[in-house]
Amino acid sequence: MMTSHTMQRPWVARAGVVVLLFFFWEVAARWWVDPMFVSPPSRVVASLPTLFDTRGLPAALRVTFWELAVAFALSVAIGLAIGLAVGLQPFARKSFMPIILLLYGTPQVTILPLFVLYFGIGPASKIAFGVSHGFFPIVMTVVAGVQNIKPILLTSARSMGARRGQILRYVIFPHMIPSFFAGMRLAMTGVLLGVLLAELYVSTAGIGHFTTLFTQNFDPTRLLGLISVLAAMAIALNEIVRRAELHFSRWHSE
Amino acid sequence: MTPSRDQREARLASRAVQVAFLIALLVLWYLATTRWRVSPLLLPNPVVVLRDFWNILTTGEFIGDLRVTLTELVIAFTIAAGSGLFVGYLVSRSQYCIQVFEPLFAGIYSVPIILFLPLYVLLFGLGPASKIALGATISFFPIALNTIAGFGYVERTLVIAARSMGASDLQLFRFVLLPAALPVILTGMRMGFTVALLSIIGSETIASLAGLGHRIVYLAEGMETAAMFAYIAFVVAIAAILNTLVSALEARGRRRR
Repeated sequence: MMTSHTMQRPWVARAGVVVLLFFFWEVAARWWVDPMFVSPPSRVVASLPTLFDTRGLPAALRVTFWELAVAFALSVAIGLAIGLAVGLQPFARKSFMPIILLLYGTPQVTILPLFVLYFGIGPASKIAFGVSHGFFPIVMTVVAGVQNIKPILLTSARSMGARRGQILRYVIFPHMIPSFFAGMRLAMTGVLLGVLLAELYVSTAGIGHFTTLFTQNFDPTRLLGLISVLAAMAIALNEIVRRAELHFSRWHSE
Repeated sequence: MTPSRDQREARLASRAVQVAFLIALLVLWYLATTRWRVSPLLLPNPVVVLRDFWNILTTGEFIGDLRVTLTELVIAFTIAAGSGLFVGYLVSRSQYCIQVFEPLFAGIYSVPIILFLPLYVLLFGLGPASKIALGATISFFPIALNTIAGFGYVERTLVIAARSMGASDLQLFRFVLLPAALPVILTGMRMGFTVALLSIIGSETIASLAGLGHRIVYLAEGMETAAMFAYIAFVVAIAAILNTLVSALEARGRRRR
C-alpha cells in the first residue's frame, strides 16, 4: 500500500519512475548489451567533460545555438509580417489563408535537399529550414489573434482619429499578445525540429557532423552525451518561451 | 437574399485570387527557367518536371521505394498504436497514475525526438529498423497521451450511474468508457500517424538505404533536379492521400459511436 504521504506528491513517484528507468538503463548497458552500442548513464555523465574537450565540439554547439536563435528571430519577424498582411484584410485572409494552410500541411522534410541545394551545406540552409518550420505557427496565431479583435475597438479608435500605426501599436498588438506567445511556443518547437533535422542531414561545422562521427566510430558514450546536451538545450529553450507565454497571458487576463 | 449573394460573390473573388496566385507562380517559374536562364540544376523547367512526374507514374519505378516506406510506416504505427493504447489505458485506470505519468510523457514529447535518430542508427543500422524505431517512438506519445486523456476524464457521474445500474467491468468498458473516450483516442491516433509518416520520411532523408526519402536525396546528390522535383511532388501527393484517408477513417469512427 502506498502511504498517503506519497499519494499527495505525484512528483515524488514521477522522480522514482525516472530513477528506475535510469537504473534499468545502467544495468542493461553494463551487463546485457554490447558496449559498442550503448553506454551506461553513469559513464555518459562522467565523460561529459571529455565530450567538451573534443576538438571543435564547443564551437559546433555554439553554431547550432546561433542557428536556432537566428532561425527563431527570423520566424517571428517573417511570421508577424505575413500574419499582419494577411490577417488585417478580411479579403486577403479569405484568399490566402487556404494557400498557407495547404503549404503548412505538406511534409516539409521532402524539400530538405532543396534547401541544401539553394543555401549550401553551411549554417544558412539550417536557418532557412528552421524558418520554414517556424514561421507558419506565428502566421496562424497572428491571423487568429487579429481576427478575434472586436471590430468596435477598431472603429472607435479610428473615430477618435488614431492613425494606422497607432491602431497597430495600441489596439492590435496588445490584443494579439496571448495568441502571439502561444504561436512563439509552437514556433520554437518547429525551429528546433527544422534546424536539428537539417543538422543531422548534412553538416560541416554544426553538431550533425559530430553525431555522424560518433555513430561511425561506435562511440555511444560521447553520442549519448551530445544528445543529452542538445536535449537539455531544447528543454531550456522550450521552457523560456513557455514561461514567457504564461507570464504574458496572465498579464492579458488581468 | 442579398447578403448571401454578396457572400457568394466574395467567395468567388477569393477563389479567383487563389487561382490567379497559383497561375502567376507557375508562369514565374516557367519564365525563370526559360527567359531568365536560371540554371536547370537549381530550378528545372516545370514542363520537364511534369514529364518526369508522368514517367514515374507510368513506369512504376516508385513501387520499390514506396513499398519500403509504407512497410516501415505500417510496422511503426502498429507498434506505436499497440503500446500507446495499452500503456495509456493502464495509466488512465487511476487518477494517481495519471498525475505521475502524464507530465512525464508530455515532457519527453516536448524534446525533439529526432535527436534519437543517430542513436537508433547506431543500435539498429541504416536499414528499415532504425526508421521503424524512430517512427514508433515519436508516434507513441500522442497516442498514449490522448488515450490517457480519453479514458481518464470520462465524467464520473456516467461511471457511477452505470455501476449503480449493475454494469460489469466489461459492460462498463464497452458501453460507457469506450464510447466516451473514442473520439479523443482517434484524434491521437491520427496525430500519431501523421508524425510517424513525417519522421520516417525524415529519417530516410538523413540516413538510409532505401525508401522515398532516400530516393529524393539520391536524386539531389546526382544533381538530377527535375526528377527530384517530380519525386517531391509524388511524396507530397502520397502524404496527402494517406492523411486524407486517415482523417476520413477518424471521422467515420467518430460517427459510428
